[in-house]
Amino acid sequence: MIREGARQSMAWLHGWTGLLLGHILFVMCLAGTLSVFKPEISRWMRPEVSAPADPAGAIVAATTWLSANTKGATGWYLSAPDGRSNTVEATYDSDGAYFSRALDPVRGAPVARDTLGGEFFYRLHFELQIPYPWGRLLASLAAMLMLVAIVTGIIAHKRFFKDIFTFRPAKGQRSWLDGHNALGVLSLPFHIMITFTGLLTLASLSLPWGMTAAYGEDLVTLYSDMTPGAVSRAASGTKAPLAPIAPMLAQAERYFDAPVGRAYIFNPGDAAAVVTLYPVEQRAIGYLPAEMSFDGATGKLLKAWTEDRAGMRTYQTVYGLHMAHFAPLLTRWLYFLGGAMLTLAIASGMLLWIVKRRERAPLSIGNKVLERLNVGGLMGAAIGMAAFPIANRLLPLAMAGRAEAEVSVALWSAAAALLAGLVLPPAIGWPLLMGVLALCCALAALLGPIWASDMVLATGNAMLLATAMALAMLVWWRQVRRKPAPAPARRRKAPA
Amino acid sequence: MTAGAKPRHKGWRYRANVALRILAGTAGTYLVAALAAAMLARILPMSRAEAVTTGTMIAFAIAPGVVVWAFLARGPWRALAGVGIAALALGGVAWLAGAPV
Repeated sequence: MIREGARQSMAWLHGWTGLLLGHILFVMCLAGTLSVFKPEISRWMRPEVSAPADPAGAIVAATTWLSANTKGATGWYLSAPDGRSNTVEATYDSDGAYFSRALDPVRGAPVARDTLGGEFFYRLHFELQIPYPWGRLLASLAAMLMLVAIVTGIIAHKRFFKDIFTFRPAKGQRSWLDGHNALGVLSLPFHIMITFTGLLTLASLSLPWGMTAAYGEDLVTLYSDMTPGAVSRAASGTKAPLAPIAPMLAQAERYFDAPVGRAYIFNPGDAAAVVTLYPVEQRAIGYLPAEMSFDGATGKLLKAWTEDRAGMRTYQTVYGLHMAHFAPLLTRWLYFLGGAMLTLAIASGMLLWIVKRRERAPLSIGNKVLERLNVGGLMGAAIGMAAFPIANRLLPLAMAGRAEAEVSVALWSAAAALLAGLVLPPAIGWPLLMGVLALCCALAALLGPIWASDMVLATGNAMLLATAMALAMLVWWRQVRRKPAPAPARRRKAPA
Repeated sequence: MTAGAKPRHKGWRYRANVALRILAGTAGTYLVAALAAAMLARILPMSRAEAVTTGTMIAFAIAPGVVVWAFLARGPWRALAGVGIAALALGGVAWLAGAPV
């Protein structure tokens, strides 16, 4: 058995690793959970696009529009519609400026409602709205702390299996601990899997030393070893129009025996342009399992590669397990549920830190600040994410920089909630901000509009309404039904 | 920490103990993980690209173990020494193996 002292030091480490970047982990987890439904969120946020899209036709339309509307681009990165998403997600540059737009699958032009859609939550999940590479490095650090918190949490946990069936409600610290344990343990394999695989998605940035040790400065060999079907070559400076892309797509579909999922076009309009195609990722867990490259100017096949090296397949599978692009509907909901449980485990852990100390003695100044930071940080993150779809529906369509304005609304709402949480006493801050969050979710659903009959829109509205109702009930239960709040310190002195 | 029955004393001895373990658990862990990835990338009997990815995955799997060990070791100096010895050994093998050609 584990020594009692060892268990104590693991509990200590569990607390501090959880506390240190707990708010950032909460944001990452919540945004990641929502990202499971990234294409569906994008569809909710672009209700005007309803045409079912043909992937190859959409790529052709997109490249035609991009050829006519970009100048001096170094790359177009296109994701084809795949039945879940119904637009071409395009990242491209023109005259030195970078764009991220959803392109209409038929016209090829950006859709009317300029929004990041689900991409906002996806990017927030691992970039935290912080410039490259710092956001990703911070996310890597947070993920590592999460992994340590999981491992130490398991070691510190005394009655691992017995406690699964234990819940003692309305008993202060005990209840929080039971809830935190249940959330952590019930989907523990998922928590370990998602944290570990998440950490590995950023490995080339956070731990590049294996690459350095094996390849040194030879990045060209490194890239061609990692993705043998991709071709990287410099622009020639000579202009040449892009060859018709439809035949390349057809040839790739035959080679992949699957529809094309992505098309990357490097140096379009240059004689040395390269078109690299990847299959859809819904056939297997492994991420990007094959690729095919064509000469952009002539349309001739340069390289084709199907990954069958065991080591690379293992990494792709680890990556694919995190991305969950393979997941059919039920599995996707399980990912969502697992993510939600981890998010709540983090939040309850943050609260537990305070509850535990409050029951023993009056809180220190630091912990009082932390108590309020919990109110503002946890509620602020959620309020910002709920304000985002509201901005999506309310900002005028013709507005310049509309997509950026939506993000600004989300960030300023989060900042305002954070400030409110810091200023107000927690006893008022909690119910108030929870109420605001409930109203935001309900408002977003109403603006959906609530009578929308499209399955994706209706499901989104239903989820928003369910969240609003759950929060409203929680506020009602705490504030109205159980009026006398538990006295903070030392109330267990009275003999039985 | 692990030493006494009452871990609530907050003297400099306790703080130094924690600080040294944190050093071993953060910088030390990163060093061990980085050198493990480097060594495995050079010695695993696979193609270069596979050795790199496999080695990096293994390095990430052992990293949380190193952190936990830094706080479980009998004393802070032992934690630091353990991490240091591991780093030296991994780095030594990586250096002896040399860059693959």
